[in-house]
Amino acid sequence: MSKLNSLKSIVDQKIVLQLRNLNKIFNTNTPLENHVLHDISLQISPGELVALVGTSGSGKSTLLNIMGLLDISSSGELCIQGNSIQGMSEQKRTQLRSESIGFVFQFHHLISAFSVLDNVLMPLMLRYGKPSVEQTSYAEYLLNEVGLANFKHQKTNRLSGGQQQRVAIARALVTRPALILADEPTGNLDTQTADEVFSLFERFNVEHQCAIIIVTHDPRLSSRCLRTVCLTDGRIVYDGASVDFKIP
Amino acid sequence: MSFVNRISSLGDSLWIEWRIALRFLADNPLQTLLISVAISVGAAVIVFITALIMGLQSNIIEKTLGTQAHIRIEATQQHNNLSVIPEGKYIWVLENPRAQRLQTINNWQEVRDTLDKYAAFTTVSPLISGPAFAQKGTARASVGLMGIDPERYTGIIKLKDYLIEGDFSVAASDVLIGSQLADDLGLRTGDKLRLDAGDNRESVMEVAGVFELGVRELDSRYVYTSLKQAQTLLNLPGGITILELKISDVFSAEYWALRTKRLTGLNVQSWMESNAQLLNALKSQSMTTQMIRVFVALSVIFGIASVLAVSVAQRTREIGILRAMGSSQKQILRIFLWQGGVLGLAGSLLGVLVGYTLVQVFNSIDDRLFLIRLEPSMSLSAIIIATAAGVIAAMVPARRAAKYDPAVAIRYV
Repeated sequence: MSKLNSLKSIVDQKIVLQLRNLNKIFNTNTPLENHVLHDISLQISPGELVALVGTSGSGKSTLLNIMGLLDISSSGELCIQGNSIQGMSEQKRTQLRSESIGFVFQFHHLISAFSVLDNVLMPLMLRYGKPSVEQTSYAEYLLNEVGLANFKHQKTNRLSGGQQQRVAIARALVTRPALILADEPTGNLDTQTADEVFSLFERFNVEHQCAIIIVTHDPRLSSRCLRTVCLTDGRIVYDGASVDFKIP
Repeated sequence: MSFVNRISSLGDSLWIEWRIALRFLADNPLQTLLISVAISVGAAVIVFITALIMGLQSNIIEKTLGTQAHIRIEATQQHNNLSVIPEGKYIWVLENPRAQRLQTINNWQEVRDTLDKYAAFTTVSPLISGPAFAQKGTARASVGLMGIDPERYTGIIKLKDYLIEGDFSVAASDVLIGSQLADDLGLRTGDKLRLDAGDNRESVMEVAGVFELGVRELDSRYVYTSLKQAQTLLNLPGGITILELKISDVFSAEYWALRTKRLTGLNVQSWMESNAQLLNALKSQSMTTQMIRVFVALSVIFGIASVLAVSVAQRTREIGILRAMGSSQKQILRIFLWQGGVLGLAGSLLGVLVGYTLVQVFNSIDDRLFLIRLEPSMSLSAIIIATAAGVIAAMVPARRAAKYDPAVAIRYV
């Protein structure tokens, strides 16, 4: 029995993200009570590229926030790389978030007071303080990979929308996270730039073997992911191969 | 985690918090400049007002205490001695208070030598003082005859500094007289003066010098002579009526007066007791200054708090993204506390500079009444207090920023 448990533990650790019967209710026990997520169960393995789709108000962003440890569920279980966050303190959750998860948002959310390179290094600096030579080299390598090596000392507000989103991707990758959560990262970009940015996700997904969950409304882009998870009214109505997914 | 690791980790964390705080301030230069100027005005007002009032007060104290001792010791007052009351009987007594004749302090040399041993007393000077008449020709004036030990008395009043003519000499038959008395009797240096202390005790003296203490009452009454001469005239051979003391800390006079009273059993009075009204005025002045300082400091604190509250609101989304990237609530809290501290420090440094300039401008005025000194300790305390005030002012906005829900903050527009 103990061998079975240890085997289960090894398997759990290999799973990047696991959700079991997760529920989220806002304004519990009030007239404004709102059950946003219903019994969500999901499992993400290393190196998966998953599209999270659904209409507005279906609960995608709420689910993403819970998966990113920015919010907590009302019930159910969430494990990140085998670590259950049940009863975990705010401090531990912050530490786990900084170690395991990278974020890319629709409006890139760079810190305008810092240079491009500092923005990429920010997650490391928040965790370790002054960056080492290796950390800086890695950040420069990522900037080179996203085609912005020449912009590293510039302020972010001088970059175009697509360039800023590339900086945000480099920033999400700098901690070498096991999971990247991208909330409509191409929602604010033109088709060509969106394609370029999405290609970067595909490339890093293969090269860095990190799991990526992308929330998108664009069926063209979601079809480029191997797996699609569709939410409707807070319930998973489809979880399977993107090629078989038909918009409900 | 070991203690060393914790300190090292905190140091790493403080490094980036400090950097973010400075960048946030630099990112909005106009806002930072305006609040820094506002803080500096407050700090300059505090520094200048404090220096001005302190200068004024020390000037008043210096002028008041420049012509008097800090502590005076006199013989205890004489009382009526009641006859013994037979046992079992009660009597009602109606007594007239006794007239106080000049009396010497018993064993005054011993008392003087004992007090000399106390480091707190910078000068212990014997004095014999009593009434007399000064006469030149037919002109007469009532005077206070002051017999002094010139060496010791210099520690009480630097008579030499107040001389307007002649020399500082009370030897043999020399006397020093006040300028008003000199005018009243038409006396100049080298003139003869008859002193009459009553009961046919008279002496003809020579005016060695004329002083002006700046107090009309003293300048029209004081006649200084040697201890011996005064003892003879006042019929107190070998005796003195007062022991005058100067102490290093003038405001500890009450304490030392009490100690001396306990030690000697004599009648002891401090300058604070004899100048109670002046002291009351100084205290009221200090209280007013304190109130001005408190209200200016409060306005500075609220100024910093309001600017940081606006900054927190402006940076809601950035706070959210910092939280998403792994910064802790404590880190966010400290980023804004740093900003408060930096604003307080920068503003106060500028304010001290402005305050120092104001002091220099005041001191350069030709017909000023007194000099203001800006003590380094005052500037340092102003900087420390303003920096601490900046941190305190940042508490509320910083706590609000730290408590932001990152999921909500990120979506803030």
